[in-house]
Amino acid sequence: MSTANTEIAAAPRVHYLNAQYGVKSWLLTTDHKRIALLYLGSITLMFFVGGSAAVLMRLHLIEPQGALVQPETYNKLFTMHGVVMIFFFLVPSIPAVLGNFLVPMMIGARDLAFPRINLLSWYIYIIGSLFTLYAIVSGGVDTGWTFYTPYSSTYAHTQVIATALGVFITGFSSILTGLNFVVTIHKMRAPGLTWFKMPLFLWAMYATSIIFILGTPVLAITLFLLALERLLHVGIFDPALGGDPLLFQHLFWFYSHPAVYIMILPGLGVVSELITCFSRKKIFGYTFVAFSSMAIAVLSFLVAIPSAIKVFNWTATLYKGSISYQAPMIYALGFIGLFTMGGLTGLFLASLATDVHLNGTYFIVAHFHYIMVGGAVMAYLGGIHFWWPKITGRMYPDMWARIAALIIFFGFNLTFFPQFMLGYLGMPRRYAVYPAEFQVLNVMSSAGASILGIGYLIPLIYLIWSMRYGPVAPSNPYHAKGLEWQTPSPPPTENFEEVPVVTEEAYAYGSEEGAHA
Amino acid sequence: MHDAAAHSYGLAHHFEDIEQQHEAGNLGMWVFLVTEIMFFGGLFAGYAIYRAEYLPAFEAGSRLLDIQLGATNTAVLIGSSLTMALAVHAAQTGKRNAQVFFLLLTMVLGATFLGIKYVEYAHKWEHHLVPGLRFAPDEMLKPGTSLPNVQLYFCFYFFMTGLHALHMIIGMGIMAVLTRMAWKGRFHSGYYAPVEVSGLYWHFVDIVWIFLFPLLYLIGGRY
Repeated sequence: MSTANTEIAAAPRVHYLNAQYGVKSWLLTTDHKRIALLYLGSITLMFFVGGSAAVLMRLHLIEPQGALVQPETYNKLFTMHGVVMIFFFLVPSIPAVLGNFLVPMMIGARDLAFPRINLLSWYIYIIGSLFTLYAIVSGGVDTGWTFYTPYSSTYAHTQVIATALGVFITGFSSILTGLNFVVTIHKMRAPGLTWFKMPLFLWAMYATSIIFILGTPVLAITLFLLALERLLHVGIFDPALGGDPLLFQHLFWFYSHPAVYIMILPGLGVVSELITCFSRKKIFGYTFVAFSSMAIAVLSFLVAIPSAIKVFNWTATLYKGSISYQAPMIYALGFIGLFTMGGLTGLFLASLATDVHLNGTYFIVAHFHYIMVGGAVMAYLGGIHFWWPKITGRMYPDMWARIAALIIFFGFNLTFFPQFMLGYLGMPRRYAVYPAEFQVLNVMSSAGASILGIGYLIPLIYLIWSMRYGPVAPSNPYHAKGLEWQTPSPPPTENFEEVPVVTEEAYAYGSEEGAHA
Repeated sequence: MHDAAAHSYGLAHHFEDIEQQHEAGNLGMWVFLVTEIMFFGGLFAGYAIYRAEYLPAFEAGSRLLDIQLGATNTAVLIGSSLTMALAVHAAQTGKRNAQVFFLLLTMVLGATFLGIKYVEYAHKWEHHLVPGLRFAPDEMLKPGTSLPNVQLYFCFYFFMTGLHALHMIIGMGIMAVLTRMAWKGRFHSGYYAPVEVSGLYWHFVDIVWIFLFPLLYLIGGRY
């Protein structure tokens, strides 16, 4: 790729971070890179809000009779954990932070197609978050993150309306982000960047955006109906008034099943970037990986095959690659293992005979945490590390990053592997108490959760530290391919000094002499 | 000279040229309309399911609507789509006075629609047909009609027409901004994207009504 590559000059270079100063320059920015950082801050906050609920739950479950809170509080804790983590962390995490930063950079554009709508989406996210945080501090909500009727509509006496409105509002931020990505990828690619030369991260973002666009409005209208039903006491979902609670479930899962792929598809995209870069190889089967993203977006219910295609292609990419174990790669390898386990245990739940035994147990909890935490969060952290030098212009301490990645991997498995066994032995999910014979496995899980918690705190500390004290990052510290590495770190406000022209395919690793330093 | 100034007025910094910006804006609006279809789609799905389940009650509810007002509104709205299309045409050909005239006419027709809708809502309130708040239409229904199911019909009537009316109000706000821009002579053959994409939105809102009118007003077998 033939762009001008400027080395960092000795004099302070003007880039997007120091182009303007002051609170106003951030809160009114339309620069996609700054908006990505706004999202990074708010999403990190929500992650630790949701995480603290998980910590309290695991502490509570150390003893069979419950060590910490009342059963009602326990119900509120798992609801808060689910709502915050899914709607305010996992769904927006990679698209709104990394996607916002990278989509224009990777296609060689100066910004997303609609910068002001992009800023609007962040404000909508903040308003939605405030609604939900208000619901938490004003008494909480105990319906579970699925808000199933008739419990949520008729029986629950908690803050259902505020929480549902929070999720309703934040949905529009996803819709606007998805709209922005679709238009940007369609219309603003740099000269020469054809669809099949795009990095696979962009394919993943495109597929995710399609689900945002098609799924989220249905969730929005469903939660809106739920809120109206509670407010006006009309019976859309109330059997006593002619309504049907199952309709809520059908409409809810029209969004929430594809939402699983909203949460995992971006992670699949990140891992494709990391695996190729750290094995110095072109991705194996580019078109298969690209189309498997689209297949997941379109089919959405036959995900085992496209997911397997990706895992096999990554493995084939690693084969005979020159692999280096830098921190992002450790996250990526962890992702592959945990995602595979999460996926395969999903098959147990998709076949009738085993599902009868495992349905509603901790097996399910462990299964989706392997996908959502072992998969999506690992990919998110891997991506944050990988692009951190580009985002901040500073290197993170690699040794600490590797240690943290390993602690997270270990803590995660200690937390959730025992839950597979608990579920297999028959411990139901969502209970504040359990029979004494399950205590050993529960204590193991809680111990793992505290290790995991520490694992998440370490990057928070050293990443913030590195913004000031980290070594200055070169424009391409990993000798990676892709347009975003051909511009200085951090990039100028306009991203590129001149519009790049793309001549080679994605992931043209192997011709190392062509790489920029 | 004039052309160059107007060109730079419309072009945002991150687009290469006005054509790219135009295409992006158009595609953006189409994608937005897809989300709108899904948004209304949830309501249409709920309506379809309950109508299949409780057809007699839905027909009874439909008979309590005023077909004449509904039909008038349909005509008004289709008329507003015509004036909107003419406004887009005026923008493309750079006729400033025609732009302002047709945009104002579209707003007048939109306001007429909302006025008639208001009259209908007021009637429903008088006749105790507002679900949850004021619902007791016993004497207006044949004996044996399930009251909760009729209320379900009116839930969908109010949710769907209310959401539609909200879209109309937003559309009229957009129209007001466009009128101001048109008055200042901002639109010409080289730059008319805002009028065009707003036109797409307005036509979409119109089409939603084209579906709502028969589904809500005409299922009672009165015509």
